[in-house]
Amino acid sequence: MNELDQFRQTFFEECDELLQRFEAVATTLAAGEHDVEGLNDIFRTVHSIKAGAGAFRFSRLVTYSHEFENVMDLLRAGTRMLQPGDPDIIVQAGDILADLVNAARSGVEAPVGLEDDMLATLRDMLGPVDDGETPETSDPVEKSGDFRIKFRPHASMYASANEPQLLLSALASLGDLTTEVDCSAIPPLAKLEPEGSYLTWTMVLRGAPSDQAIREVFEFVEDDCDLEITSLDDAAPTAELQAVGETGESSASLGGPGVKQAAPQTTSIRVDLERVDRLVDMVGELVIAQAMALESLSEFIDIRHVRQLQALEDLTLRTRHLQEGVMAVRMQPLKALFARFPRTVRDLSKKLGKDVRLELEGESTEVDRTIIEELSDPLTHMIRNCMDHGLETPEERLEAGKPEQGVVKLTAEHRNGRILIRVSDDGRGLNPEKMLKKAVENGLVKEGAELSKEEIEALIFMPGFSTANEVSDVSGRGVGMDVVRRNIQKLGGRVTLDSTFGKGSTFTLALPLTLAVLDGMLVDVAGERYVVPLSTILETVCPEPNQLRAMPDGGTVMAIRGETMRLVDLCDALNLSRDGKPEPLRKLVVIVETEFGRHVGLIVDELLGQQQVVIKSLEANYHAVSGVAGTAILGDGRVRLILDIDGLAALPPRTSAGPQPRLENEDGRQDQQENSTDPTLGVQSA
Amino acid sequence: MNAEEAMLATAEAIAKGRDSASDEKQYVSFAAGTEQYAVDIMSVREIKGWTEVTGLPNQPEHVRGVLNLRGAVLPIIDLQCRLGGGLTETTPRHVIVIVTLAQRQVGLLVEAVSDILSVSDTKIQPVPETNSRDDTRVFSGFLTDEDQMVAMLDLHRLLGGEVLATDDAEAVLIQ
Repeated sequence: MNELDQFRQTFFEECDELLQRFEAVATTLAAGEHDVEGLNDIFRTVHSIKAGAGAFRFSRLVTYSHEFENVMDLLRAGTRMLQPGDPDIIVQAGDILADLVNAARSGVEAPVGLEDDMLATLRDMLGPVDDGETPETSDPVEKSGDFRIKFRPHASMYASANEPQLLLSALASLGDLTTEVDCSAIPPLAKLEPEGSYLTWTMVLRGAPSDQAIREVFEFVEDDCDLEITSLDDAAPTAELQAVGETGESSASLGGPGVKQAAPQTTSIRVDLERVDRLVDMVGELVIAQAMALESLSEFIDIRHVRQLQALEDLTLRTRHLQEGVMAVRMQPLKALFARFPRTVRDLSKKLGKDVRLELEGESTEVDRTIIEELSDPLTHMIRNCMDHGLETPEERLEAGKPEQGVVKLTAEHRNGRILIRVSDDGRGLNPEKMLKKAVENGLVKEGAELSKEEIEALIFMPGFSTANEVSDVSGRGVGMDVVRRNIQKLGGRVTLDSTFGKGSTFTLALPLTLAVLDGMLVDVAGERYVVPLSTILETVCPEPNQLRAMPDGGTVMAIRGETMRLVDLCDALNLSRDGKPEPLRKLVVIVETEFGRHVGLIVDELLGQQQVVIKSLEANYHAVSGVAGTAILGDGRVRLILDIDGLAALPPRTSAGPQPRLENEDGRQDQQENSTDPTLGVQSA
Repeated sequence: MNAEEAMLATAEAIAKGRDSASDEKQYVSFAAGTEQYAVDIMSVREIKGWTEVTGLPNQPEHVRGVLNLRGAVLPIIDLQCRLGGGLTETTPRHVIVIVTLAQRQVGLLVEAVSDILSVSDTKIQPVPETNSRDDTRVFSGFLTDEDQMVAMLDLHRLLGGEVLATDDAEAVLIQ
């Protein structure tokens, strides 16, 4: 990548941030309120995009953002108050701005006329109230004047990659410019600091629209330079501005209306995600290596070696802190994600004819970046669901004695090392009878079945279930909540619904903080260890023989509390052999939930405890293996397989009558045919 | 040669190979079962002693499992078994030759590393055409001298099906 490309990329990254900010602010604007802060914010956003676009010569983007900026300038100055409808125009204008930015980024020209309508609207907004206050669109002759400008950049200005040449040419575009440069400050070569700043420009600009226009040229560098603008017309300084720069000049004596507050220093840096991931990987290795060292040393160290033990514990603690610290680098506040929902709610409430207020809470909660990316669709879907199905029409609400305006609440918080996100509404809630009827109609539930409140609420996540009577283009096609559930489970999370009829519903998402590590339950199957994702485990039971029943296909079914579920014997499913070792007297069944909400029992020999493991993809050097979700490297340095519950549940049951593939164990010896008669289960295989 | 000696010899050979401007290419040869095989030295990443691997469920017999190599999880292929010779009875003396193939790492379980061979292309005999199974295509040629016959392994054909997704495997074969 050459330098220009790099700058270009940085520009677009900045645009993304700016547009995000734009979105967040623009959706809070309301007619009649003069939110100076917000309007200023939007003005600066548009201005920054314009400035960058100018540097890269994206002419359409420049023209458009220029008009947009003018309108925002009027609004922020209060020359034009926000009229009803204006906030929407601003939001839409922002969309077009984003489209143009994207077009510039992809290099594909945006459709001709994309921005024309909006430009006309913007110009209209400028028109009637334009009394010549707008500096850049007003006729220069009207307000023209001659100015002397003294400009001395600080080294910090160059350090932030600002180029005086560009500023000077921008000035030249305002009028007739004569430039003189003072080189007297340049020290002898030996004393010259290569990155110092020694030049001062004195310029005379004739026919400039106003000193305001000149000031705008220097808007982004005014904190990093000494700037003096003198009007030659009345020969008196109109303003003097000296900002507090890194050189430490005092501005106190010069403080006046023209002095701007120094921009708040940003303390963040931009880092390539790949580098962060590499760091996360390396720390993962360190944690493993440390655990391995500990395990091998524990053979020699006993109670007599108190100091060594303490040192090791110290090392463990510090390693864990380091890991947490590195993981935190990948964490981002949910703000960026939440910021798009005011918009969704705004658009949708218009479409549905419902008055809805969105309340956000806990936007600063931090989550792994990958998870944030994956959450956008499910959350959008849930919010839509709340607005479409949950909230009543204004008339219905008034009838029910509720305020006309419905409320959708989006909250996030950390709890027990997981993140909880809730989407709730104060709408009608689920009607249990209607739900049950619908489920029977759709064949999801047998006629006459009695379901608990939780079970009825879980119905909404079943594929092919929808309670909306009519299909709208918002939701109600019966695809949706099952997909949401699947997406959340793919992230190692869980989604539940809690609803009170007539009062409203709450979706709760519980998610891991990161995808790089997984909370696992270590289980033993025929002497081999496997990791079962903890988020899938519901409970562990020791079934009595009378709870079990053989199936004709060789599988086994277990009954528990009125529910029946298939059992998967991991020893068979994973093609392991006991190699003459006896089976445990009582089998343990770990009940897990599949992505589709089905329950399956896994037969294991022993539970070895919970452990957080670093996930390693099997596909990096091999291909996917059914029944295996990934691998993890444990404290002993050995690779362990993370079981894929859905994959295992989908494997056909094995029967002893069928041909068994040749088995091997790790020593490479051939194994005898497995005896699948299992006395402890009290089941004779067919 | 045990794993350490083999690695040292390999490193030396690579260094030597860079210095000499001859058209000779270098190969690492190793024994599996009763036969001798060789691969291009440039595809050899590392040679290490045998350690226990973690078995993968429902995979071909010659896929012995996966191994942790400094944080990377890589599959271990039993070469003798892959070529139809039955499972290798492993001992700590056995050796894993780690090769790279289309940016993926794979371990080959072999009995021992035998030698580093410097051979010019003209010395390599083509594989005779046969009507037998496709498996003969896993050899790219033979190197013969008085007392032995070394089969040159074509890693793409040997491992492509195992290690690469189908698309990748085809892409590799087209190259």
